[in-house]
Amino acid sequence: MSRALSRLPAKHIPRTVPVSETGERLTTSAMIASLDAEGRKTVAAPFGHALCDLARTRQDIVGLTADLAKYTDLHVFAKAYPDRFYQMGMAEQVMISAAAGLAREGFTPFATTYAVFASRRAYDFIFMAIAEEDLPVKIVCALPGLTTGYGPSHQATEDIAIFRGMPGLTIIDPCDATEIAQAVPAIADHPGPVYMRLLRGQVPDVLSRYGYKFEIGKAKEIRGGKDVLFVTTGFMTMRALDAADRLAADGIDCAVLHCPTIKPLDTQTIIAAASAGGRLVVTAENHSVIGGLGEAVGACLMRAGVNVPFRQIGLADAFLDAGALPTLHDQYGLSVDAVAASVKSWL
Amino acid sequence: MSGNATPMEARSSGPHPSNVSLAQRAWQIRRNALLMGEVQGQGYIGQALGVADVLAVSYFHALTYKADNPEWEGRDRFLLSIGHYAIALYAALIEAGILPDDEIGTYGMDLSRMPMSGMAAYTPGMEITGGSLGHGLGIAVGMAMGLKRKANPAFVYNLLSDGELGEGSTWEAVMSGVQHKLDNLIAIVDFNDQQADGKSTDALCAEPIEAKWEAFGWHTQRVDGNDIDAVVAAFDAARALTEPRPRAIICQTKMCKGIPFLEEREITHFVRVEPDEWGKALDYHDTRRP
Repeated sequence: MSRALSRLPAKHIPRTVPVSETGERLTTSAMIASLDAEGRKTVAAPFGHALCDLARTRQDIVGLTADLAKYTDLHVFAKAYPDRFYQMGMAEQVMISAAAGLAREGFTPFATTYAVFASRRAYDFIFMAIAEEDLPVKIVCALPGLTTGYGPSHQATEDIAIFRGMPGLTIIDPCDATEIAQAVPAIADHPGPVYMRLLRGQVPDVLSRYGYKFEIGKAKEIRGGKDVLFVTTGFMTMRALDAADRLAADGIDCAVLHCPTIKPLDTQTIIAAASAGGRLVVTAENHSVIGGLGEAVGACLMRAGVNVPFRQIGLADAFLDAGALPTLHDQYGLSVDAVAASVKSWL
Repeated sequence: MSGNATPMEARSSGPHPSNVSLAQRAWQIRRNALLMGEVQGQGYIGQALGVADVLAVSYFHALTYKADNPEWEGRDRFLLSIGHYAIALYAALIEAGILPDDEIGTYGMDLSRMPMSGMAAYTPGMEITGGSLGHGLGIAVGMAMGLKRKANPAFVYNLLSDGELGEGSTWEAVMSGVQHKLDNLIAIVDFNDQQADGKSTDALCAEPIEAKWEAFGWHTQRVDGNDIDAVVAAFDAARALTEPRPRAIICQTKMCKGIPFLEEREITHFVRVEPDEWGKALDYHDTRRP
């Protein structure tokens, strides 16, 4: 054991150093492409390009960032529309307040930072200056949940739990590049405030092949199945789809209901789906098991008197480790292998 | 000003055409606030009496607005950060004709348009919801940026308290105003040296306050906020400045100004007034009409 390792508390000493299938040691990476399966199509900076497309016809669109344009794909917009871009510096509170002020003057601001900073640092400003005033500010945040190996400072594992209590705030957790591109004009058209989680950089494209159409507040069945009903959000929808393929080989037939709008939740569709056919309901989300989609769906079903077997896939209520994303997704149950194994163990 | 003036015409119309002096306006604002305090038997009357002169200069000398159309696009925006000062702003909005004076008796009542803490959705002329301190100047920054985008020549004023200088977000906004060269932004700091737990200067808002704003790049003036002529001169200088940077006016005010028996009381953030004292204060005030 190295000297550095010997100084660490026991819980942080890896039992074995992880290696990839090709024998390389896995390294920490913030790149979102590492989310994806081998060989899958990706799209570069879908948010930035969608915002530029929208800005061509809508003069009210402006962009703000707190020193994270490059890391939220807003740099694409900043380059195309420099006079409509505000670099607010490393100051999330004034970025949010200024976005509120711009909205008061008739503009539709897109404000970007990391999800940890918007939810933890700027909460009061979003609550009072934007949500309480019902202003059309769109807060778009990278590094949702476990999409970086940088540890708790950057892992927004509880952003949805924080924001679900905010009245009037629409919360979106898109799955992939297709959905992000569709969601940008949709949230701009929405008259109120929106918090959207963002996948950035090279973003996987999964939903286009299903003829998917994003609508705020609508859950959509991506795939049918008679044994298991996955109710999923964010990139866990692509993990559930891959897990469903794998489980089909074992004769387990899984449906996937994709639920990108966490609030307001499409309770009608969820209740109808869960009521149909005595399936095991499994929620899956890139978020803590506390306060996210899983608890929202569980509460919705209980209130409606839908009594079905119910399990949650999500992040542990813990400060997560640093490391390489594939390792962490295995460790915390978000990888395709882990999802498939969990479902098998529950049947 | 004329009811159908264009923004530019309205802006060039100069001081409000009226025979009523600013001292009379300030007197009436204090009276409105005392009446509201009497209605509820409480209220932040110390702050209202202290800031009345600054509000009189704001609404009857500096600001361009249309009383019958508080959302008129050409108006100067006046943002009250300090929600608990609502009693003071209502008193000014009533005097300005933006709120009707027959609503004074509803102050703080259920369904009133004048709740105890100022909120935009309740009250015509209340631009923002205050109360969570350290928000107003940041919103003002965004509105000032927005006005520039629209080539609208209006000013954004933000009345904030000395206690709010303890909030980090205030200083984010201070830096931001300079970074974005917001020459249409005027911060008015009501420096009465009182916050919830005692003197602001004993908490976090230590001197030299003026030098701090200057060091951040603001054009800064410090005046006696109860000297109407000095406040007028400071507002005029702030508006006339051609430098591409925001402007601050630190207004030193005296809590409870104008009612000696309250001025002499041990001053706290929330000045207690006994039930029989509201009438006593109003009686005294009515003898002092300018």
